[in-house]
Order: sequence, then structure tokens, then C-alpha cells
Amino acid sequence: MFSYCTDPSVLAAPAWFACYLTTGKLMLFYASFGTVLLLLAITAPVALGFGFAGAAAARARFAPLSWLGKLYIAMVRGVPDIVFFLFFVIALDQGLEYLRHKVKCPDWDQPIRQGSDFIVCQAAKLPLSTAPQIWHEIYGFTLAVVTFAIVFGAFAANVLFGAMRAVPHAQLETAEAYGMTHRQIFWRILIPQMWVYALPGLSNLWMVLIKATPLLFLLGVEDIVYWARDLGGAKTARFTDYPHGDWRVWYFLGLLVFYLAFTRLSEIVLDRLMKKLTHGQATMGGEAQRKAA
Amino acid sequence: MKKILLGTAVLAFSAGMALAQDVVRMGTEGAYPPYNFINDAGEVDGFEREFGDELCKRAELTCEWVTNEWDSIIPNLVSGNYDTIIAGMSINDERDEVIDFTQDYIPPATSSYVALSEDADLSGVVAAQTSTLQAGYISESGATLLEFATADEIVAALRNGEADAVFFDTDYLAPIVEESAGELIFVGEPVVLGRGTGMGIRESDTELKDKFDAAITSMKADGSLNTLLVKWFGEDTDTY
Repeated sequence: MFSYCTDPSVLAAPAWFACYLTTGKLMLFYASFGTVLLLLAITAPVALGFGFAGAAAARARFAPLSWLGKLYIAMVRGVPDIVFFLFFVIALDQGLEYLRHKVKCPDWDQPIRQGSDFIVCQAAKLPLSTAPQIWHEIYGFTLAVVTFAIVFGAFAANVLFGAMRAVPHAQLETAEAYGMTHRQIFWRILIPQMWVYALPGLSNLWMVLIKATPLLFLLGVEDIVYWARDLGGAKTARFTDYPHGDWRVWYFLGLLVFYLAFTRLSEIVLDRLMKKLTHGQATMGGEAQRKAA
Repeated sequence: MKKILLGTAVLAFSAGMALAQDVVRMGTEGAYPPYNFINDAGEVDGFEREFGDELCKRAELTCEWVTNEWDSIIPNLVSGNYDTIIAGMSINDERDEVIDFTQDYIPPATSSYVALSEDADLSGVVAAQTSTLQAGYISESGATLLEFATADEIVAALRNGEADAVFFDTDYLAPIVEESAGELIFVGEPVVLGRGTGMGIRESDTELKDKFDAAITSMKADGSLNTLLVKWFGEDTDTY
């Protein structure tokens, strides 16, 4: 990076660190923070979408739809995350490949399961095995997002389902008395008022989601934990210009600071949002705001 | 309209895929110098990088490097996350049941004990990396086996006193012992384990295996493999 970095072994500590912290490997470490933030930025709205659909389904008047919603909530909430992450991703991947296999190679006569190999025809591979690595990474990342969204969507659905029931029933009855249809009541009365009840639960979920991102590592995505472990390990001078001892404790301390700062920031934002949502609501918070004004 | 748009998008996508060249993805660990490691620039480097790139050139394949955790390196090969394992993996029967190996490209390597002092208890707690030949050897030797996911962690465990000794590949340990300024020393006799190092390939991928086998044969024949072995493992290493 800097011109004086050609021989780091003769540098004094500050210059050495300036060089060390700007090596290509450290850049990949910094970029992995972006990966984590990107995952959160995509997963949170998608999970909320899953949650909303789940909650809406669970309280539907059409019984099979309601069962479906409740089944989704109960099933995903009851399975340990790590099982879900390891099993579901493989199952989803193989399921997709199986479907593509059925469509694209109808005259394939060999069994798909051969011992431990899962063999579909070349054209059914997802992504195609000839595709460059970047597609495989995008595919892996997408699977991770979908898995996170399904898991956290189930919890969000439960929170939203509860929040919808917490909206005072009198509000809905009044709307009905005014001649609103069910659809109108749902979108104009129920949804705008339920957020204040949902937010404490959703903010918990958001915090858990932030802390669950290291599970990415299980899915083969190179996240901050992967790099911290690799970079923190002791390095000998034969294979790097920057030999050092076991620095894992410092790297993980860095991660600790990152996660704490990030959750703190989230808390501040969520608090503000809560104040805003409470405004004019028939809750204790809303009442306190009214009295203070 | 929507359907047409979606159809076009799918077409465009698959056309893009079809244009791409055939890519063989080389799976490695990236934490096992001098076999393979991530260099300062953040790229896979080491003996296997140089060797693998040469193989791909000879077999006329486009190769890309992928890193994966050691513990799950075989399952991820089988499930198709990459097409080969080139990660200093010794050929043994247990692995051969699940995947296929090319011929060996490194002669059977020695493993050694490293400890903090000459009189370390080699039948006490010995650290080794999970699912390696060394871990298998220790668990049968009567010592208490302490397993870690990476090789780096076993050395850390020795330094902080969690283990009485470590048992691992001599080529990996040698530079570490050399630079420890007398803190770490080799103890006991080196042991030869395994049948040499080979590339792991899915059992169904016979064509790819043949290509790499041919390339390895040609590198053995013209002596370029030996040159690489000496470059990365030193003058005293076994060659073909």
C-alpha cells in the first residue's frame, strides 16, 4: 500500500502497523464486515415479510390457510437454529437441483443417490458446475439469506400475530360499525396500530439476528469470524512479511467492539422509533407522552 | 407481460452461464503452510497453489480456488461446492470409501511430536487436528487426544499449556519450531503415516480424475514436481 512497505521487518511499530493493516488480506477482512451488513440489510426486510405473511395467514378466517400459518410458526420455532442451518440449506439446494433435474433431464436412468453422492445431470446443477466461483458465492449467500429469513420470519410471525391481537378490539368493531370491509379494517385500522405492540418483540429479534450472523460461517460464507480466526492465528516469517504470535484475542476483541457498537446503535434507533410509534396510541407510553405535552 | 419479462430474464441469465468457460473449482483449506495458506494479498498460496495451477495448465482447465474448513472439506466436495480437494490430504482407506483420489503427488510425509521440553509426556494430552491421520494415530497410541479444527490452534494449545505435546505433519511444524527460538522442540521419533498426498475427487467424476492423473504423471516425468517439492519443503524432502 505505502511505498515504505517493501520490507516490513525493518519498520518501527507504527509504520509496521500502517503496512500490516492495509495488506490485501486485511482488506478482505474489512470487506467481510460489508458482507455481514449486507446480509442484515437484506434479511431483515425479507424476514419481516415472511413474518407478516405468516401472521396474516395464521389469523386468516379460511381454516387451511390459518393452519398453514400456525404450522410454519410452530415448526420453525421448535427446531434448533443450527439444525435448520445445516440441514435446511442442503435440503433446499438438493431439492432445487432435483426439480431442475426432473425438468431438464427426463431421460436420465441412473439413480440420483449413489452412496454419499447426490448426482443430478450436469444441466441441473445449481449453479452450473462450469459457472465461475462468483456465482457460487452469490448462490451460497442467497441460500443463507433465505434460511435466515425463514427462521427469523417464524419468530417475527409470532410477534406480529400477538401484536395484531393486542390492538383493542373496540377499534375494529368501531371500524366495522362504520361499514368498512374486512380488508379495509385489516389495512387501515389493525396494521397501523399493531406496530407499537410488535416493536419490542421485533427489536429483540433484530438484536438476535445481528448476533446470529456468525452462523454464516457454517454456510461457507467467509464472514468476519472466519477472517478473524485466520488472521489472528500465529504466523511464521517464512510465509508472510508480517509474522506475529497468536493474536486471536485481539481480533475477537475487535469483533466484540463491533457487535457491541452495532447493537448499541440499533438500540438508540429503535428507541426513537418506539417514541414515534407510541405517539397518540392508547398505551401507557402514549398516555405518558400526552400528559407530558 | 410479467411472464414474458421473467422468461427473458431467465434466458439472459442462462445465456450468460453458457458463455462462461468450464471452470474447475479447487477446494483447499488455506491454513496449512507450506501446503496451502492465504498470503498477505489475501490469495491462496503455497505448494499446492503453484502445483495446482500447473496441473490445470497442463490439463487445459480453467481453475478457481475456493477455501473451506477442514472438518467439512469432504462433505462439501461431495455436495458439489467445489470439484477437487487439494489440501495436503493423505490418501487412506477411510476417505477412499467416500471420495476418489488421484495418484499421490507428495510421497508419504512424516509426522512428529513437538513439545515445550525434552521430557514431555507423550502419553499424556496430545493435540492434533480433527479428522487427520495424526488424530487417528494419537487416539490409538493410548495418549489422550485433544482435537482442534485448525492446525494453528493445536500449536496455541501447546503454548498455553492445554496440551503436553502436539502431533502433526513435520513440514508444517518445522518453520514454527525454527522460529520459536528454542521454546518449542521436536521430541521422539518422526512417524510415517498414510500413503502419500493425493487430490480428492468425487467418485462420479472419473473424467476429471483421469485428466488430473495424466497431468500429475507428466509433472512427475519431467521432474517439475520434484523442483516444486524442493522449493516448498526444502532440500531434504522426499522426491519422486
